[in-house]
This record gives sequence, structure tokens and C-alpha cells, in this order.
Amino acid sequence: MDIERTLFEIGALDQMALQDTPLHRLDPRTKLITAMGFILTVVSFGRYELAALLPLTLYPVALAAMGDLPAGYLLRKLLIASPFALFVGMFNPLLDRTPLLFIGSVAVSGGWISFLSILTRFCLTVSAALILVGSTGFSPVCMALGRLGMPRIFAAQLLFLYRYIFVLTEEGLRMVRARNLRSFGNKGTGVRIYGHMLGQLLLRTMDRAQRIHQAMLCRGFDGEVRLVRHCRFTSTDVAFIAGWFVYFGLARAFNLPQILGGVVTRIMA
Amino acid sequence: MSHHIVEVRDLRYAYPDGTEALSGVSFRIHHGESVALVGANGAGKSTLLLHLNGCLVPSAGEVRIGDFPLTRSTLPEVRRTVGMVFQDPDDQLFMPTVHDDVAFGPLNLGLPEEDVEARVQAALATVGGEGLAKRPPYKLSGGEKRSVAIATVLAMSPSILVLDEPTSNLDPRSRRQFINLLRAFEHTKIIASHDLDMVLDLCERTIILQRGKVRADGPTRDIFADDRLLEECHLERPLSMQAR
Amino acid sequence: MHMADALISPAVGGVMWAATAGLVAYCCKKMRDGFEGFRVPLMGVLGAFIFAAQMINFTIPATGSSGHLGGGMILAILLGPYAAFLTIASVLTVQALFFADGGLLALGCNIFNLGFAPCFIVYPFIYKKIVGENPTQGRILAGAMIGAIVGLQLGAFGVVLETVFSGISELPFSTFVVLMQPIHLAIGIVEGLVTSALVLFIWKARPEILEMAAGAPATAGLSLRKVLVVLVALAVVTGGALSWFASAYPDGLEWSMAKTSGKEELEAPADGVHASLAALQEKTAFLPDYGFKSAEQAEPAEAAGAGTEPAKEEAPAWPAVDAGTSVSGLLGGTLTLLLAFGVGFLLKARHKSA
Repeated sequence: MDIERTLFEIGALDQMALQDTPLHRLDPRTKLITAMGFILTVVSFGRYELAALLPLTLYPVALAAMGDLPAGYLLRKLLIASPFALFVGMFNPLLDRTPLLFIGSVAVSGGWISFLSILTRFCLTVSAALILVGSTGFSPVCMALGRLGMPRIFAAQLLFLYRYIFVLTEEGLRMVRARNLRSFGNKGTGVRIYGHMLGQLLLRTMDRAQRIHQAMLCRGFDGEVRLVRHCRFTSTDVAFIAGWFVYFGLARAFNLPQILGGVVTRIMA
Repeated sequence: MSHHIVEVRDLRYAYPDGTEALSGVSFRIHHGESVALVGANGAGKSTLLLHLNGCLVPSAGEVRIGDFPLTRSTLPEVRRTVGMVFQDPDDQLFMPTVHDDVAFGPLNLGLPEEDVEARVQAALATVGGEGLAKRPPYKLSGGEKRSVAIATVLAMSPSILVLDEPTSNLDPRSRRQFINLLRAFEHTKIIASHDLDMVLDLCERTIILQRGKVRADGPTRDIFADDRLLEECHLERPLSMQAR
Repeated sequence: MHMADALISPAVGGVMWAATAGLVAYCCKKMRDGFEGFRVPLMGVLGAFIFAAQMINFTIPATGSSGHLGGGMILAILLGPYAAFLTIASVLTVQALFFADGGLLALGCNIFNLGFAPCFIVYPFIYKKIVGENPTQGRILAGAMIGAIVGLQLGAFGVVLETVFSGISELPFSTFVVLMQPIHLAIGIVEGLVTSALVLFIWKARPEILEMAAGAPATAGLSLRKVLVVLVALAVVTGGALSWFASAYPDGLEWSMAKTSGKEELEAPADGVHASLAALQEKTAFLPDYGFKSAEQAEPAEAAGAGTEPAKEEAPAWPAVDAGTSVSGLLGGTLTLLLAFGVGFLLKARHKSA
């Protein structure tokens, strides 16, 4: 993962979260609950279901539109994150050759269908996660998790981590640049140098931790991280959750495209 | 603001490995004074400052803030009175947003939410950072970080402000704004700095530290006119006092 | 490698999430009990360090590829098992949310795979046993190497088990194992080298850091028995949850091996006994109905008995996959997609004009 890229990526999603749209104004817990419900629904489909999954594309598409989240960016992130799912899913067409579907005279094997199903699941679940952060922001998501039962220490940990990722990544970036300027080809980029670089960074990090702790003590820190957030659940939130869960339930219980297709073919016939 | 005196008596401090950082430092600072602490790198400025609110415990000697000696039990009170702004603002801004950072102190003091909110607003207004409340720290410029760092301390209503190298890494405009900001404060100010021109602008009194000892303590103008003294302490005149 | 949501089933995902959530809560409680305030910023900053460290690469000689630090082991060494587990969990959470590294549901799996072994198995029972009270260069190297290798092997094995039990991927257990374990052996060696290099660096530069970490009260209370209890409990719960779901979906290993008639016919025509059974089953997917199980199992068994030849013999044993229906399914699917995107565009247009 490119270090310069990373800062940009995190910053970009966070920037999106600062917009003001009806979606952004919803309580973070609402979006979190809906996203988890969505992912659970997607994941609960059987391995050979492909068409039945498709109605669920409405969720990411609608939310991305409502929240003004750039489609190009989402697609790009999907592509970057795809290798593992592709790699594992790739074996399905190779190993499962029993034909399941005939389009005219072309036999489509079960393996291909399950592979496409995997890809669809991948797109759906990953975009749901990205949209969650893009429409809510990392800190509000942590707060929401805290409100929903996550231990406070872990929420504080997430927030501190997030805060200092930028600081440390920049330090790391400076070291990498310095190394690049003094290494040629593959000389100077081996494990030993890496160990030294990381060692220095680690020591500086530990020192920084101590200074931060001092700064915290100076402002009265007593061990408990207090966070103030005003979260209000309105009727819009309830309607949002209820509406989407009903839709998820319908999409799960009935193979909607099948029904739709059947209706259309009957009309055309 | 009550009349708080900062007094240090024969302060000694040694690092864990034995080297002495402070070898008997004594001075007395009165309410409302602006005192600069100057000296070469390694003279012990930061170490001394860290003693003023209990971050470091002296090996010998005493620190008194107001009428209290600095002990374990008076620590919380001292920390409320003495506000410290560190050298690296990134060490001081550790919460997700500026608002959270400025609210951190008051919340720890146990104040009710409306009071906390009021203090945050007031502190940010003082440093001119009202618009920054929702921003995450990594999106602030150097000058903004410094201002917010001061706000985090102001929110606790200290009587004494201690600042460590406040103008380092600031561009000229931010630096000027910062100096003006500090000038407007009525708090007792103790500032450690290499920026001798700022010292000239802000502080009527200067203490020079050299190798853990007080080498000079007097009116700023007089000290900066003493070339021999400055030379011995690895310093030189502020640029505005040098003939060009 | 991280598990992805695309390859996971609700049963596996749910169980691992529950296990991880439980562990996180347990670690938080441990942190509270032995609380040292300085750990709060330390954990956060070290997590950020790992994050940054993972982005700096080094070249591996002879292969031309590059590697980087994983971090589980070094965190356990510096923070003790409980704080390290929380830190690893936090790093993975950020990666899942911002980089779509592994999914949100699979997060439970990933935290467990990458956190449990280094913190609760490797650190207390391998690294500490080898390095002990008096570290030497050799002992640190050995401890880090063996620890990293074992930790990564266990983590990789976790991925294999989770994928296979989920039953979404076709990869059979044996193939997957043969793929994953050797790769992670290599990664483990690299991790061991880097970790030991780091620990040695600190040991020479500032040994007091290591002493502080090793003596931390936060490492107390860990015993082999406790760890085994957790693992056994996890196995039992997983097994239970899987059989619960297996009755509704013949998933997993059983499926890969049986693989006779192929799939749960959910794109079946609207008539036929099997089809209505299937339709009914869909609706009660989360409720086990053992009555169905026998009917379901009977079908593939019949088909298997019917002939040894694969595809051709099978086709008639199925409810006939009517070409017309399949096509209509695809047609419906395409229309659905168009509809979904249409709604999206409408929303966007309305939002812009508003």
C-alpha cells in the first residue's frame, strides 16, 4: 500500500463525511445498523444465488446518490480491494463444472454462477462499508458503536489511533523519502535498514506517547476518556431503518428478479 | 484571577542515568509578569518548565505556585492554575476534533455540559478559532494548531501560562498574530524560546539558563545589551537589536 | 490475507464476531482492572505506528518482491497480550472501514485470526518461554522467528477454516491449505526477521522499554488452561451454529464433497414439488427444520445413487431447469439492475436540483 496514497484515501473519505445531505444528517447509529443489516442479508444468500442478490444493489446506489458520494471513487476502491475475493473465487469455475443454467444452447456451469455471486456480494458489502464511512465519518461511527455497547476503552483506542495515523504516516513518509534519496536499485532497501528505520520510528513513537500522556495529565486526565456527543434518534431515523429492513426482508424472501422476469416474459409472450 | 506567584527554590533535577539537568535554580515570578526563559539547547529550559506543573518531580528543592508547595495532593489544583502549552502541538491535540480537544480539560474538571460548552466557545473565540471547532487536527495549519493548543489550555481558566517554543515553525504572519494574541493576555506568562525578537516584544523580564543554572535574571533590554554575557551563553542579540 | 465478506456465511461471520466481541470486552475489562493511564495514548500511538510501518516496504533479496511488518508480535511484546489485542483490533477496524480490507462482517474473523494467536498463544507460551527473564540476541531471534511463524500459520489456518465452513467458495479444504500454509510460512519467516530486528534495536537502544513491557501487570492472569477453554468453547459454538444452519443449507465441507446434484434450486420454475419445498425453505431459512433435512438429503442421495456419470445423468434427476425460466430470471435480473440504477439517478437529480 503506497504511503502517500494512504493519507489521501483516509482524508478523502473523511472529507465526504463532512458534507451536508439528508443522509449525512441521520443519526450515525441508524446508518450503522442499516449497513450491518444489509451486509448480513447479502451474506445470507446461498452460494448459487445471483439474480436474487441484484435487488439489493438499490441500497448502495440509492445511498450514494442521496449522500452525494462520488461513484467513480467508490468503483476505484472496489477494484483496489478485489484481489483476495477474486483469487479465491476464481477457483469456483475451475472446480465446479456442473451446468446449472442454459441460455439458449450455452451451458453455464455452477462454478461461474457462484463466482459471479461472490463478485456481486463483494461489490455490495464493500460499497456498503465505504458508504457508511463516507456518509458518517469515522469518529461518529466510533461513537455510534460506543452507544450500541462497545466498551469505552476500545472506542477511545479507535479515536486515538485514527488521530495519530496521520502524524505517524507523515513521519514514515519522510523516512521513506530520505531512504529513497540514498538508495539505488535494490541497495539500501533491505531488511536491516528497514529494521533500523522502524526502530527509530518506534522509539520516537514511544517518546511521543509519553509526551501526549503528559499533555493529558496537564489537562486533568484521570484515566477516563470523556466524550461528548449529541445523538438524537428522530422519526426519520426509525423510518429509514424500518424501510430498508422491510426491503431487505422482501429481497431475501422472494426472488424478485425471477418474479419480474416471469411477469415480463408472460407479457411479451 | 487571584494573585499567583510562581516560586522556585534551589531546584535540582537529575535524569534517570544520573546527569544533572538542573543544578539549583531559584527565581520568583509575580502575578501578571511576562518572563522569558532563554538559553542554548540543552540548557534545561524544557526540563525546568515541566517542573512548574508537576510533570517532573525535582530531586531536591521546591516549587511553589501561589501559596501552595507543589505536592501530590496539590497537583490537581496546580494543574488547573498553570496551563502548559507544549512544543509540538501534535502532542497536545489528541482528540478527534478541535472542539473535543478544547473540551477535554473542562470535562476532566467535572464541569457540567453547558459550562463546558461555554468555556469551549469562549476559549476558541479568544484565539480567533471559532470556525475551527468541527475540524480534525490534521486539517489545521501550523499557526492554527498553535492557537488551538492555547485554547485547549485556556478552557481550564488558568492564571499562569507556560509556553515552550511557541513561535517555532510559524510563518511570519502567523507568528505576528500569535505575538499579538499573547500580548493581549493578562495571565502571568512564562515563555521558553529561541525567538529573541518575540521575547523583546513580549517579555519585560528574561532569565538565562546555562547548563542547569540561572546565569542572569533581569530586565530584557539590559540582558540583551550585554554582548559578553550573551556570547558566554551561546546566544546573540535579537535581530532587531543588531546593527545591520 | 484477510477474509472478505464475499466469502463468508452468516453462521461463520456471526460466531467469529461474537467471539471477537467477547474477547475485546474481556481485554477492556482487564485494562480497567490494572489500569495504567499511560497505556491509553501508548496503544493509540503504537497502533498508528503499525499502520505506518505496514506502508513502508523492504525488498526481499532473490525474490524481487517486497514485504512489510505485520505487527502482531511486536505489539504483544511491547504492550502485553490484552492491550496488544485491542490495538490489533483497532488497526484492523480502521483498515476495514477505510480500505475495504476485509469486510465489516468478516472483521470478527480477521481480528481473531490476526490477534488471537500472536497475543494469547504465541506471546505467552512461545516467545516468553524462549526469551525468559534474561534475553540474549539468540533467544530474541529464536523467540521472534518461531513465534511469528506459528502465529501466522495459525492465522492462515483460521482463514482456511472460515472460508471452507462458509461454503461460498468452491475451494476444497485440502487445496486451500496447500495454498495458504506455505505462503504464510514464508511470510512468517519474514515477519520473524523484522520483529526480531526491531526488538533487538530497542533492546540495544533502550532496554528499559522492554523491561517495562515484560513486567506489566497487564500480562497477568493468562494461563494455558484459559486459552484452551476459549478455543474449545469456540469450536463447540461454531459446530453448533453450523449444524443449525446446515439443516437449512447443506453448506460447507459436506457440500464440497457431496457435490452431486449441485445447488439449492432457488431459480426453479414456479411449479414442482421441489420448487415449492425450496420456496418454503427460503422463507424459513433461519429456522432449522429437520423435516426438510431428510427430504433435502434424500434428493442428492437419490441422484448420487442414480448414476456415476456427472452432468448428463444428473440433469433429469433435477427438477428441470427450464430454459424459459432461467432466461426470465436473467431478464428480471437485468431489469432489476436498471431499475436500481434508475432510482439512483433520480435521487441524484432531485438532490442536485433541490
